[in-house]
Amino acid sequence: MTTWEYAPAPENRDIANLKPNYRMFVDGEFTEGTGEPLKTVNPATEEVLAEVSTASTSDVDRAVKAARRAHDRVWGKMPGAERAKYVYRIARMIAERARELAVLESLDNGKPIKESRDVDVPLASAHFFHHAGWADKLSYAGYGPDPRPVGVAGQVIPWNFPLLMAAWKIAPALACGNTVVLKPAETTPLTALVLAEIVQQADLPPGVVNILPGAGDVGAAVVEHPGVDKVAFTGSTDVGKIIQRAIAGTGKKLTLELGGKAANVVFDDAPLDQAVEGIVNGIFFNQGHVCCAGSRLLVQESVADELLEKLRARVSTLRVGDPLDKNTDVGAINSAEQLRKITDLVASGEAEGAERWTSACPLPDKGFFFAPTVFSGVSQAMRIAREEIFGPVLSVLTFRTPEEAVAKANNTPYGLSAGIWTDKGSRILWMAQKLRAGVVWANTFNRFDPTAPFGGYQESGFGREGGRVGLEAYLDV
Amino acid sequence: MSDRMSVLKTYKLFIGGAFPRSESGRSYPVNDHRGNFLANAAQASRKDVREAVTAARKAFPGWSGATAYNRGQVLYRVAELLEGRREQFIAEVAASEGVQAKRAQSIVDGAIDRWVWYAGWTDKLAMVFGSSNPVAGPYFNFTMPEPTGVAGVLAPQQSSLLGLVSVLAPVIATGSTAVVVSSLDRPLPAITLSEVLATSDVPGGVVNILTGRAAELGPWLASHADVNAIDLTGAPESMRADLERAAAGTVKRVLRAPSSEPDWTRAPDISRLKRYLEHKTVWHPVGV
Repeated sequence: MTTWEYAPAPENRDIANLKPNYRMFVDGEFTEGTGEPLKTVNPATEEVLAEVSTASTSDVDRAVKAARRAHDRVWGKMPGAERAKYVYRIARMIAERARELAVLESLDNGKPIKESRDVDVPLASAHFFHHAGWADKLSYAGYGPDPRPVGVAGQVIPWNFPLLMAAWKIAPALACGNTVVLKPAETTPLTALVLAEIVQQADLPPGVVNILPGAGDVGAAVVEHPGVDKVAFTGSTDVGKIIQRAIAGTGKKLTLELGGKAANVVFDDAPLDQAVEGIVNGIFFNQGHVCCAGSRLLVQESVADELLEKLRARVSTLRVGDPLDKNTDVGAINSAEQLRKITDLVASGEAEGAERWTSACPLPDKGFFFAPTVFSGVSQAMRIAREEIFGPVLSVLTFRTPEEAVAKANNTPYGLSAGIWTDKGSRILWMAQKLRAGVVWANTFNRFDPTAPFGGYQESGFGREGGRVGLEAYLDV
Repeated sequence: MSDRMSVLKTYKLFIGGAFPRSESGRSYPVNDHRGNFLANAAQASRKDVREAVTAARKAFPGWSGATAYNRGQVLYRVAELLEGRREQFIAEVAASEGVQAKRAQSIVDGAIDRWVWYAGWTDKLAMVFGSSNPVAGPYFNFTMPEPTGVAGVLAPQQSSLLGLVSVLAPVIATGSTAVVVSSLDRPLPAITLSEVLATSDVPGGVVNILTGRAAELGPWLASHADVNAIDLTGAPESMRADLERAAAGTVKRVLRAPSSEPDWTRAPDISRLKRYLEHKTVWHPVGV
């Protein structure tokens, strides 16, 4: 059989319009932050992409005050129909600059260009577009005749979907009449700062959106600032708990979208080839840097061997490498720190006796990469079955009966997402009822939409993003 | 006047459908508003909290899995039984809260009506809080509310019946189960309510009622890993921030309390129901 090799198909990095320096965005202007500047790195090459100024505590204070002024004087009392048009503008401008944003996102984050191009950026634009239309229809959303904004929202987002998470935070906040102070992740600040440019071009009143790059200390300063009325955080469960503690007794409104350890359950009557595609999408999408990743595969015992064989064959074909290559399936791990964490957990899996299989795919010489890995023979007590790995590592467990599948799937303090693969409709609906998770994908995985509420049960957090119920986070109700 | 000696009641805890004394063996005197002795109430301990949480967790699958119609009927039946005990509740509320008979009557009537209001919600929740979501792709997508799980409820200290019903009924209407710490000084209506629940069709463990000190039991509820939500209404104000911090240990849903007890006679809204609901979004492909 002739093998047709892929030719390189790199996207042009000049499209990212990368600048040597980026500055924080406060009160409608790009200004030099007074914190220690950070250097953001391309995780695929370890080269420094740009220097980014960061916020100090006094910058946070200035941003919160600007947001308060903007809320009290302009944005909070602006008719919804007017606010809507600003938010629509942002949606359109993201779409206009989609290619630039996609390339920049892949450079800064390490995710494959086909993903930033086809998922992150279009969904970010869609999120603004959907929420724009809510701005003058809030009285129909089920929160009373004239629901009011909360005020100033302090928002802290992770590095796995930098632009998309900024959109998930900012779009509903603005639509509901709040102003925001947002801190992007330390390792991925660039697309949020281009979004700030878009906010400026869209002519939003100064102070409505403020973007403050920095590390965890800046996030803590935003969360703890007494002028912040509402805190929204997406990130790890550990940090989520710290934030919930930090705001205890302050009366600040809080929503948390935290970690997960999703079960992806495959029954013996599932179309296995289709399930394999879904499993791959569930755990290797975005290098597994996904809070709702299908990181625990539960397979019915009778098809486990067959499924594992198909899965390994399929995973062997995944192309790991240059994020800017349009053929790349799995890009770079976002940081050396994250790579270390993944390596540690994988070592624990081996030490605890799980059987490791890793794709023999070639890896680039430079940069942070980890080859797709599947552990079989995993038991529930192992760390790789309990802890969020946040990397391209799948743990496979087996079950015999649907009841056992439910018990194992729910045996976690998390509860963000779950998957079901079966051809039997009544079993899908039964499982969908029994699984204690905020998002259930049946015969699909990792789908997102601004109209579909997203968020967790239990220690995966509380509050929803998207849809009608997602508005509650930003309304004083 | 009759010469007959009346039979006094021993007031106990209500855990898993049974009426145990506190495992600690402790009790405390309950007085009326004038300071006259009414009864000894069991003083629940940390271990009683743990037993109650275990019972509430055990009852959760059955209660949350019952049909909404069935839950509505079961809760409505409770209102019928409350009505039958109306005179007893009026006497207890009057003694506990020191209000005139007429006022006690209106409080009890309000509590019964509130129970009926919440009973009617069970089969409307999914319609009001759920949605069908028009996603941009070939998927059928819907969102449905589901009960949060086990809720720890520190009941109001002042309003011994109407306040209690107002914080308890929304928990169980959603399909969640409850561990309630009653008012410390005014526990008798809560104990009588537990007798009503025991003779109703509410399965054992769905509601567990502990009499005792919220200040002592609150921290155990707030830090308990198998409790999903906590209502701080009856907690001492000075402890609320600490309880909220403890609740963060397992990312509990926290119902914060205003600094003074709300006016429970005001018409209820859906806000308490919402606090005990999670939203689950389900996706399925269409046409493949």
